[in-house]
Amino acid sequence: MIELVKETARTKSIVLDPSDWPGHRAGQHVDIRLTAEDGYQAQRSYSIASAPDSSRIELTVERLDEGEVSPYLTDELRPGDQIELRGPVGGYFVWEPPQGGPLLLVGGGSGVVPLMAMIRLRATVGSAADTRLLFSSRSLDDVIFRNELERLQGDGLRVVHTLTRSQPPGWTGYARRVDAEMLAEVGPSPAELPRVYVCGPTPFVEAVAEALVQLGHEPRGVKTERFGPTGG
Amino acid sequence: MDALMLDGNAVAGLLQEVFAVEMTTATVSCNACGRTEAVGALRVFRGAGIVMRCPHCDNAVVTIVEADIRVWMGFAGARMLQVSV
Amino acid sequence: MAVSRGFRGRRQLGADAARVPPGQYVTADFPVLSAGPTPHTPLQDWNFTIRGAVDRPTSWTWDEFRELPSETVTVDIHCVTKWSKLDTVWTGVSLDTLLELVETSGEYVLAFCDGGYTTNLPLDDLTGRKAWIAYKYDGEPLEAEHGGPARLLVPHLYFWKSAKWVRGLELRDYDEPGFWETYGYHNYGDPWKEQRYTGD
Repeated sequence: MIELVKETARTKSIVLDPSDWPGHRAGQHVDIRLTAEDGYQAQRSYSIASAPDSSRIELTVERLDEGEVSPYLTDELRPGDQIELRGPVGGYFVWEPPQGGPLLLVGGGSGVVPLMAMIRLRATVGSAADTRLLFSSRSLDDVIFRNELERLQGDGLRVVHTLTRSQPPGWTGYARRVDAEMLAEVGPSPAELPRVYVCGPTPFVEAVAEALVQLGHEPRGVKTERFGPTGG
Repeated sequence: MDALMLDGNAVAGLLQEVFAVEMTTATVSCNACGRTEAVGALRVFRGAGIVMRCPHCDNAVVTIVEADIRVWMGFAGARMLQVSV
Repeated sequence: MAVSRGFRGRRQLGADAARVPPGQYVTADFPVLSAGPTPHTPLQDWNFTIRGAVDRPTSWTWDEFRELPSETVTVDIHCVTKWSKLDTVWTGVSLDTLLELVETSGEYVLAFCDGGYTTNLPLDDLTGRKAWIAYKYDGEPLEAEHGGPARLLVPHLYFWKSAKWVRGLELRDYDEPGFWETYGYHNYGDPWKEQRYTGD
């Protein structure tokens, strides 16, 4: 591990320099395995936040209070520590620039991580694909990558936030959970055949995927990555 | 809907170790309802082992039990698997 | 393999080693593991049936089942995924009570459940105060995610044998592997002999 960067109160980005790293595609993840001194092991998957780069990867991890692995990664890990990882894996939830757009990226909390890899890649290669990120967070302080997303807006990238628990004074943006109406307002219409990527806690992904299908989006055009019951 | 449910992508790492090719983009047809889906779109449940179910009819398409170096993969619910090599 | 410096995990240390089978770690949590989506059978539609190699199939509705003599037991449970939980408290009907009410020549049992899950056991492993149909955990109605309204409880075997959402038992003269026994886990599953996988 090289570096630890605090993103929000609850999330940190961990920069790793894996040996023999073959490079990755935007949207892929790694499986991390931790081993205690008595042989006890725990394994979790984390999406890669960084755009494809030849040698380093960045994982953005949300600290779950009840978690077994995330508190270790965010609180205990120090530069120079070694972590066992397998990857990159996952060819299903991947975007590559030749695929183009329009792109609709819908993220709930730390579900934005693999979507950020796609957005960063898009910026790196100078893609002009029509890309919309609909990003659900609890509050403005919980918005991961907030400043960078603001900087990257424009050139075909539009970022729309919805803050579900608390909003700052004067907030004029969305203030509720993602629903069909919001998706219809923010996203491309089904007729435009967008590529849709939805990522976050399982209940979030379920609700969004169902709303998209209700709006008439082709189910095969919607790719989902469920994180399980926690987070977001 | 089950809050514990994941997508097939969640077992991509394990599948890669077993098959040495990208498996989540492989397609599998369910032998209960006949529909075809990407392995990444199957619904993953973690019980004593892993069960990957058809998103249309819940049929158990693939089962995975991992010991230390042994892996048992059942394809009892799959009629056909299509992979790119 | 490399040890992750400073990683402890969530398990409890200091438990009485004599109570922990080989390869297990004690946890204070109650992990939720499931082979499929959680069923939600309404209690008015629920029944429990004993059928197969019996002179007469016998069935109880939820109300009838709750009227059967029940008991509260404290047992240790051991999951094949390596966690063990000590001193868990369950309330339910003993299999001895249920099996007294049927006549059978069968020697094996296949437990069947909502959602299609099955598991097999020798009949002997269900009798002699070794098994219950449990509907309360820790004094509260068993939650759906932990197998409610009722699950099989067989603590002396790995916990995949304690089938969640159980709806009945099929008694047989022959042994037939259930779900996990078919797909890689051991046919019997004694945690003290570490019988985790097929062929162990």
